[in-house]
Amino acid sequence: MSPLSLLILGDGRFPSGGHAHSGGAETAIAAGRVHDAATLRDFCQGRLHTTGLVAAALAAGAATGYDPLSLDEAADARTPSPALRRVARRLGRQLMRAVRVTWPGPELDDLAAARPGGAHQPVVLGVAARMAALTPYDAAQAAAYDSVCGPVTAAIRLLGLDPFQATAVTAGLCGDMEHVASQAAGHAARLPAEGVDALPATSAPLLEITAEQHATWPVRLFAS
Amino acid sequence: MTAAPARHRGLLAAAGGHHRFGLSATARIRAEAADGTTDLPLLHGDGPFVLRRMPSRGPQARVCLLNTMSAPHNGDRLRIEAAIGPDADLHVTSAAATVALPGPTLEPAVHEVALRVADSARLAWLPEPLISAAGSDLRQHIRIELASTARLVLSEQQILGRAHEPPGRLSSRLTVRRDGRTVLDQETTYGPGVPGWDGPAVLAGHRAVGQLLVVDPTDHEHPAEARLLTDVPSGAHAVLTPLAGPGTLLTALAPDAGDLQRCLDSALAHLF
Repeated sequence: MSPLSLLILGDGRFPSGGHAHSGGAETAIAAGRVHDAATLRDFCQGRLHTTGLVAAALAAGAATGYDPLSLDEAADARTPSPALRRVARRLGRQLMRAVRVTWPGPELDDLAAARPGGAHQPVVLGVAARMAALTPYDAAQAAAYDSVCGPVTAAIRLLGLDPFQATAVTAGLCGDMEHVASQAAGHAARLPAEGVDALPATSAPLLEITAEQHATWPVRLFAS
Repeated sequence: MTAAPARHRGLLAAAGGHHRFGLSATARIRAEAADGTTDLPLLHGDGPFVLRRMPSRGPQARVCLLNTMSAPHNGDRLRIEAAIGPDADLHVTSAAATVALPGPTLEPAVHEVALRVADSARLAWLPEPLISAAGSDLRQHIRIELASTARLVLSEQQILGRAHEPPGRLSSRLTVRRDGRTVLDQETTYGPGVPGWDGPAVLAGHRAVGQLLVVDPTDHEHPAEARLLTDVPSGAHAVLTPLAGPGTLLTALAPDAGDLQRCLDSALAHLF
């Protein structure tokens, strides 16, 4: 494996379409729940340890070579909000377009053919990591990083937050991201023995509710 | 093993043997259809659980779960199993809120609920809220197995902390399998030491969380779109979402238990 592949996959400039999504930050900011670097950090930490952990475990699982369609179904069961399911599949489809060119391989082709509307984004991320010869832990790190980066980048635009401060929020959560990635890789390692029940199902009630609120807004800066 | 339900925590703890602290208990219910009514051939209380049969309503048998001890304390291992046979109809409530309490051990309490609903059977599982008291640590797992034509209404209400007190640690997982496929798997963990649990992504200061799950394959009128409930108290949020499989889930957050109950009532009015 090459650590550079992980940098490419995790890079905000990787053309995966993620920049159009705030990960729930737009609603949290509009409601006044996120208003500065400290509350942004709290938001990102909560998201990371709930839906971020699930995403990291799905990515790690896909990177082990476990059946991506079972993982995709497990992602549906862990996402009661239809708005969040739509977003996860749209992001998965966009990521698929980019990674099929970047790291072509039959496993990506098979998944794209089986889920033409898009598989859940973390599953695509995990299969892509596998094609790039990255480890399940690498894939989990990329997913954990993505879970934090989305809201942080969006907050720079939505709050006019100083980009240096915003990046410090991300850096301050490095320990949390590593912890989540290592938990996720542990869950993924149990997939062959226990099936998808081995995956975490941690959820954040407010993210579920506000995703549906956001989907009804007539005017919004971010797609989610 | 015990002929009569033992009501004394010390006796039970001593009889358990496997755990130095805490009691182990399993209550069991079996419901079977019989000539247009529902029989309860098994109604076995254990430990803190006393199962009281209430007057039936037409074909529906009704059971009230009474918690006759202060349980669970940390270290307790409690389990409730219910099997609803083909065509049977069972309604289960509880008499009072359950309070998770601290105990003499650092081990968490474990509370498992295993519900199996057969074809054409119906289960309403509507217990009173669970209150996570300061210093308690409870892991709860509700597992539901539904046959393809089974119907279910299930509510779950969690109150984090008694009034004006901090909460304990509460982790709760709800896993619903229908026809062998998992259609819903959700876990929440709140309380001291859980990163971000009270932050702006997870609870944001709300102290009451509830879910209402309805699975009814015979009803084709449930909308495919999510619905935000507007007739809820200020400060509360509630959304009805269609699951990826058949089923509708209410997720509600409220400042307190009373407002949460009003969210659930509003959802029931929308659904039935």
